[in-house]
Amino acid sequence: MRLQKEDALPGGLADSSILVPTNPFAMVAAFVRKTLAITELEVRKLRHDPTELITRAIQPALWLLLFGAVFARARIIPTGGVPYLDFMAPGILGQSALFVSIFYGVAVIWERDMGITSKFLVSPTPRSAIVLGKALSAGIRSLSQAVIIYLLALVLGVKLNWHPLALAGVLLVVVLGAELFSTFSLIIACLVKTRERFMGIGQILTMPLFFASNAIYPISLMPGWLQAISHLNPLSYQVDALRALMLPNGVSNFGLAVDICVLLGATVVLVLIGARLYPRVVI
Amino acid sequence: MTILQTQALTRKFGQTTAVDAMTISVERGEVFGLLGPNGAGKTTAIKMLITLLPPTSGTAQVAGFDINRNAGKVRRVIGYVPQMISVDPSLSGYENLLIIAKLYDIPRHERGPRVSEALALVDLTDEAAKLVRQYSGGMIRRLEIAQSTLHRPPVLFLDEPTVGLDPIARQAVWKHIERLRGDFGITIFLTTHNMEEAESLCSRVAIMHRGKIVIDDSPERLKASIGGHQPTLGDVFVYYAGDTLDSGGSYRETSKGRRAARRLG
Repeated sequence: MRLQKEDALPGGLADSSILVPTNPFAMVAAFVRKTLAITELEVRKLRHDPTELITRAIQPALWLLLFGAVFARARIIPTGGVPYLDFMAPGILGQSALFVSIFYGVAVIWERDMGITSKFLVSPTPRSAIVLGKALSAGIRSLSQAVIIYLLALVLGVKLNWHPLALAGVLLVVVLGAELFSTFSLIIACLVKTRERFMGIGQILTMPLFFASNAIYPISLMPGWLQAISHLNPLSYQVDALRALMLPNGVSNFGLAVDICVLLGATVVLVLIGARLYPRVVI
Repeated sequence: MTILQTQALTRKFGQTTAVDAMTISVERGEVFGLLGPNGAGKTTAIKMLITLLPPTSGTAQVAGFDINRNAGKVRRVIGYVPQMISVDPSLSGYENLLIIAKLYDIPRHERGPRVSEALALVDLTDEAAKLVRQYSGGMIRRLEIAQSTLHRPPVLFLDEPTVGLDPIARQAVWKHIERLRGDFGITIFLTTHNMEEAESLCSRVAIMHRGKIVIDDSPERLKASIGGHQPTLGDVFVYYAGDTLDSGGSYRETSKGRRAARRLG
């Protein structure tokens, strides 16, 4: 990495030790470094106070233990021969990460109210690095939910695929999904700007995203119009990939490559939109 | 040598003109105070100068860089302490500075020494490992000053730097601001409506009223300009900006100021 010393500072007050990236490779390296610095900030906060990771366990546990137990007994949802709890576990992992990520915008508004956002925006950090760094931290937070679901699945006797590559794939898909939905949430926060409006919209969004997906029943059960919507819903692709990776002999309906491309592509587009809108949150 | 100048800098929000054709220049090494009642347009002016808010018309140059054309370069040569709290309460003082060091491209081998030096400068070495939520209001402001000068900017912007602080904490913050100017030659641009603060810190003040700069001079000359028996800067302020009872800023600004005061107090 070749860096050039900043020569633009005037009047003998220049800080000659600061290295300003000027070539494309150094700029990419600086972008990655700053993205990771934003993520590091969030991870350090978690280290100081990890209670959030524990409270995240409650919702998926309730879904699996209550809803899952009832519907597994009722046997009314056709799952293609897979026990209902096995079918549901990947859906609940996708859903629980969604439910937490979709409210990430509250933190964005809180940081704006505090003055922390201004600090980032006046620093020489690309807006896209700030947004991506925040998305990545949401992804890391959601990994705790993968651990919780796996533990619950073990307790409930769900058969899982323990191949290291499958486990790595699950982590990737969980992180991607959390990045996608947390950035979507950041965009909403930048548009609505107040906590009250944001909470209202967050509530409105979560249920349609959840029920118009394949999380707790197959898409084939839905009426035609809802099937069309569920094909536009990124959660469907996330759960499809998780089902293929988490279950032994798991099959992806859309194709694993399609699932990952949809999640990755949607995340990139949302990060670019988020980077454009993020400075507006302080205006 | 002029380090900051604006040319008819204007910002409108709908029909309201928050900053109206502001034209000023600040010399290197000055402590320049932008004074005005709440809602006069001070924060909007500072937000344009630090590239957080694009002007509706007009422009400004900070340390030689134009805020419209070279916003990225302006960000490298300025430090900013907002009115609200800009350090993260869930991190330690050291961690707050370390993250900022990374965002400002301070090389890895220099980050540790630079952060320690900055903490020592604001007398926070012994508190470095504590979470910021355990700091007092004065300590938070000092940490923010350390944070905003870690990359040694030639120009530092302070928006109401002592709002909500008790007199002892305020004196400590003033001491550090004075030191930044005296020992390091940093040019300081601050907004305040505290006349005591302006009197003790500023070498030059501009009074802003309803978005316009109504007068701009040294505190001594301003006091002489209004006549009377031993006028204070407060008298100058009332003379130029105190003609109405409807000042006080918007709901959002009032709420912001009170929140900052509550958190720091």
